[in-house]
Amino acid sequence: MTMRIARLLLLACCVTMPAMAQRVPLAAGPGKDVVEGGCSTCHSLSYIPMNSRFISPDTWKAEVTKMRAAFGAPIDDDAANEIIAYLVANYGASPK
Amino acid sequence: MLGLGALASHEATAATLPWLSPDLPDGTRAEAHLVQTPEKQPLIQLSDRPPNLETPIQAFRTDITPNDQFFVRYHLAGVPDMKAMEGWKLRVDGDAAERSVTYTQQDLNDLPQTEVIAVCQCSGNRRGLCEPHVPGVEWGYGAMGCASWHGPRLRDVLTRAGIKPEAVEIWINGADHPVLDATPAFHKSLPLSKALADETIVATSMNGSPLPLWNGYPVRLVVPGWTSTYWMKHLTNITVSAKPIDNFWMKKAYRVPAGMFPVSKSFPTQEDSATWPITEITVNSVIATPIAGEEVERSGFTVRGVAWDRGHGILRVEISLDGGKSWQDALLDRDLSPYAFRAFRLDTGPLPRGTVELRARATSISRETQSDVWKTNPAGYHNNVPQRLTVKVV
Repeated sequence: MTMRIARLLLLACCVTMPAMAQRVPLAAGPGKDVVEGGCSTCHSLSYIPMNSRFISPDTWKAEVTKMRAAFGAPIDDDAANEIIAYLVANYGASPK
Repeated sequence: MLGLGALASHEATAATLPWLSPDLPDGTRAEAHLVQTPEKQPLIQLSDRPPNLETPIQAFRTDITPNDQFFVRYHLAGVPDMKAMEGWKLRVDGDAAERSVTYTQQDLNDLPQTEVIAVCQCSGNRRGLCEPHVPGVEWGYGAMGCASWHGPRLRDVLTRAGIKPEAVEIWINGADHPVLDATPAFHKSLPLSKALADETIVATSMNGSPLPLWNGYPVRLVVPGWTSTYWMKHLTNITVSAKPIDNFWMKKAYRVPAGMFPVSKSFPTQEDSATWPITEITVNSVIATPIAGEEVERSGFTVRGVAWDRGHGILRVEISLDGGKSWQDALLDRDLSPYAFRAFRLDTGPLPRGTVELRARATSISRETQSDVWKTNPAGYHNNVPQRLTVKVV
């Protein structure tokens, strides 16, 4: 059985080899450029898809506020609103 | 390790990492992938800037985690390279120090040496398995490892600088740094009681070798029993202080509801009525083999893993083969240290064909046991709910 998983890993690995840099590109949509420019100053964008999709609109807003207030991200109000809207639309919890 | 070594510089996606827990967020499962980095075997990368790399669960079959499989965790992307660590020195000073002292590596080697085998576990280990999910680095089971750490006691390093009676905290700082000046640098503090404890050391080696760069080369603080937020990597400055540190990393981050989790040593200068700093590890265990989804023989198989706690030691590990309805004691392997992983195993004996849900539950010598339900806290800390995994008997 162990061998079976190892073979599966190797096979899949060969298939996916070319995808090296960014694993999961951010979803296309309004605000994507602002997100890429604002967030990637300090950290890789992988934090965004990693945190999906379970974050409520209020919590995404709080996360962006934390980046600005606690970590000093140079993001103005307009950019922050665009970023929040993008994250909620593309990486937010599915509406119930 | 399931032929992970054969992956070398290649990658595998979540779809091909069947042992990633289905309890992780879907987005995490899609994002996580194996990556080969310097000094390391392939580890599960959750972010590359800063590097956050998790140890695959298969590594926890043994009570010592090899350096090249040890997890990596940074908050801030200003990570030093080996060149930046050339000529490294450690400075000890502060308003509550009698004098300032600067140590080279050789100076540290000239102090009395000690060794401690201890678990280094991220406060957020298993955050990704919290229900409901909590934002952050969505770790599975592998933001931890156990190593043999060697070096002088922090107490001896401090004594040369002289500790004035008014000292209340030891502030600690490493060479990693933020990208922006506006971002709070990752500075932490320890209460005097833990800084002066026998087990707290300034580690110059790990499992008999220099520390890998991303595990804190050349020197990191080792604070056994406490989560690794205090295990400062690339340790460069120690400040003996008459007042509590006041910064984001102590006052806002790394806090838990007051009194929610058991502690032996309090941290009075950083506690308030609502929250305390996270300090001592909660009792926990992990099954490293079999892995989730594996097919096992009906003649029986061996369950292996490790258990650990905050420094009392492990009393027992129980295994359930029926989803928690009944439990049997596993055999405990060698007792390396009260702060170390305690390896366990159980031979199941013959089983009927079908699906088996395994669980493990550890109890410490202080009679603490794993929590049936995660004790909800905002940052997703101390998730010690018994792991569940399903295998297929064929």
